[in-house]
Amino acid sequence: MSDTSLPARPQRIAFPPNWPVRIGFTALVLYVLYASTVLDITWARFLTGLEQGSRFLSRMFPPNIAADKLALLYTGMSESLQIAIIATAVGVLLSLPLGLAAARNLAPAPLAWASRGLIVAFRTFHPVIVAILFVKAVGFGALAGMLALVVASLGFLSKLVAEAVEEMSMRQVEAVRATGASFLAVVIMAVLPQVMARFIGFSAYQLDSNLRNSALVGLVGGGGIGATLFTAFQRFDYDFVLTIVLAIIGVVMVGEIVSGFMRRLFQ
Amino acid sequence: MTAISGPRQWHRFSLTERIMRSAFYLMALLAIVWSIRSIEIIPEFLYDAPQQTADLFARMWPIDWAWYPKVVHAALLETLHTATLGTVLAVLVASLVALLVARNITSSVVLNAIGRFILVATRSVHAMVWALFFVAVFGPGALAGTLAIAVHSIGFTGKFLSEAIEEAKSGPIEALTAAGAPPLAILLKGYWPQVKPAFLSIATFRWDINVRESAVLGLVGGGGLGMALDTAMSNLYWDQAGLVLFVIFAIVIAVEIVTAWIRGRII
Amino acid sequence: MEAATAGNPSATDRSSDRSLRIHHLRKEYRAGEPVLRDVSLTVEGRGLTAIIGPSGTGKSTLVRCINRLVEPTSGEILFRGQDLVRLSSRELRAARRRIGMIFQEYNLVERLSVIENVLCGRLGYVPVWRAWLRRFPTADVARAFELLDAVGLGDLATQRADQLSGGQRQRVGIARALMQEPDLLLADEPTSSLDPKTSVEIMELIARRASASGIPALVNIHNVELARRYADRIIGMSKGSIVFDGPPQTLEDSHLLAIYGGEGWLE
Repeated sequence: MSDTSLPARPQRIAFPPNWPVRIGFTALVLYVLYASTVLDITWARFLTGLEQGSRFLSRMFPPNIAADKLALLYTGMSESLQIAIIATAVGVLLSLPLGLAAARNLAPAPLAWASRGLIVAFRTFHPVIVAILFVKAVGFGALAGMLALVVASLGFLSKLVAEAVEEMSMRQVEAVRATGASFLAVVIMAVLPQVMARFIGFSAYQLDSNLRNSALVGLVGGGGIGATLFTAFQRFDYDFVLTIVLAIIGVVMVGEIVSGFMRRLFQ
Repeated sequence: MTAISGPRQWHRFSLTERIMRSAFYLMALLAIVWSIRSIEIIPEFLYDAPQQTADLFARMWPIDWAWYPKVVHAALLETLHTATLGTVLAVLVASLVALLVARNITSSVVLNAIGRFILVATRSVHAMVWALFFVAVFGPGALAGTLAIAVHSIGFTGKFLSEAIEEAKSGPIEALTAAGAPPLAILLKGYWPQVKPAFLSIATFRWDINVRESAVLGLVGGGGLGMALDTAMSNLYWDQAGLVLFVIFAIVIAVEIVTAWIRGRII
Repeated sequence: MEAATAGNPSATDRSSDRSLRIHHLRKEYRAGEPVLRDVSLTVEGRGLTAIIGPSGTGKSTLVRCINRLVEPTSGEILFRGQDLVRLSSRELRAARRRIGMIFQEYNLVERLSVIENVLCGRLGYVPVWRAWLRRFPTADVARAFELLDAVGLGDLATQRADQLSGGQRQRVGIARALMQEPDLLLADEPTSSLDPKTSVEIMELIARRASASGIPALVNIHNVELARRYADRIIGMSKGSIVFDGPPQTLEDSHLLAIYGGEGWLE
């Protein structure tokens, strides 16, 4: 038996502990516990609430479909639909020029920065806040709701248009410019083909979003089904609340089908 | 006499495509016209709107900074906690639902459909409507707000997560299955590494949006900055309202910067 | 336009002067580092002129200064009675439509069909609405088909540009340039992205079509053999100045050394 033995090999760990991730994870768990305390979210409150909640749910079933309620539902939902449709149409139309104006590779720098600033301003505030401001400014009703959703649509769509334009290939644009085409022709034949597919997707999403939000702006006075919903809550008409909520879900689902169709048709 | 063929024609869209596109445009136009005619907007108010809006903003200046330490700071923290806790909760639940919905994980059509319905229902009903419900059940405050945020976020997070799972490449999964790995191991080592970047991206994106959403929940009793805003506006203290709006603006920008940093570092 | 009017000799001279005259052209991308040093050159109204030289020597800049895709720092470019450098944007567009350009990377609008790309050549001549609705005049569409036949792509008119091979795309690029009925053809490294066989086909096509239309072609190329084979005149550039100018037969190895520098690459 020989005396020589292999030199000791250093320990090689196959899966070294990933400290940043472990620390991060622990921090997250600790934070959750801390925040729950700050917010006074205790298990006891939750359980009491659950009991309350089940009593609630029983009052909601079955949904109220009395004729007069359905009439209220119809008026409210129609108004919400009208708000959503007009806001989406205006938003889609205006977001193309605004998005183009905000693209740093297409628009002159001062215009691009000003447009971006405008878009940021539109996006910062929740549509509900914007709706409240418009209600204070132009009074209760559909106008405030519609303006609020136009602002929200512009904020969302223009930003995405600007990003799509900034990511496009400038070589294609250069070639079309070299043929002597005017700016508008260059946009139509070189810019739009590159961004249109994504733009259609965004517009479809925005239609959905506006349908959802149109039900909301009524909560703060912007017209539509939101006002009906709020009143129902305040009057403890919980079975009617359920009817309204189901109607909203239904409309949103139909809206998603329509926008899916729109996407397939235009892409 | 044989027909003389004229110059070669070119049409961008086939006949069926043209018919369908025209049909769509027609329907869209009808919808828009119906909306414009039915909506109750007084034209004078529409023209007056810019003036009135400017007026409102003028009343918010100068901003009442002194109110910040008294009320707004605590409200800000409450909003942040609501948003973060709500997102964490939503992500946890959404992951489970996403596993239900992903067709490559759950093959039962019934379970898929149930999962899908949960996702559609939760996201169709806006966080504010959930907040109304939870305030009625748990009383006003951050608990209602957090739950509202959590439940609403399940819809989006779950949808995007399920899409990410469905896009996972089957290669590694096949390899693991062939090696005899148990289902949990396949999930952890086969799907999770592929889904992780999308998961983090969706989670941060949702957190960003939830901060915005949490800020408004207070308007219906969900705690946080929304309640401060509601108080200020009910009392017609526009300078205080301006302060809250400014704080919302600042925190939204801050969160965007943080999310952009996270994206850069971790994703 | 070409009619010689007896009472207006200068108009006759100008309109029959198809040459391109460059005087003292200078271009600095960064101050003090000229890429083009005082280049003067006259391109007569017929024939293919090839510009050869190492990368970075200003060949591409020279060609792009002519239609002002790159703005010259100083100098004159006289073409058809106008100094191209001094034109306003509207006049420049009118001038550009008379100058057809072929690009190294084809620069087609990928998402548009082949025929739409060729019709881009007419954008300088038709009103914008025709571009938007894709209702180009019948004569233009017929001519587009003819050009596609002439470049050998008659069957591919409705294919999307991104489905074509490199050689096919460049043919479309040539058709697009010819669609403008230009007075001058510019080509910026038209064969650099193509394999040797296709390169020969493309150069053949450019030379043939330019000669058939009776217009001069200015081609920037780095393949000396192709230049020798198809050019009527070769211009060699080195470090921003012209160091050789003459028919291909007179291009000797010593000249090539002067142009390209270095040893041992000439065998």
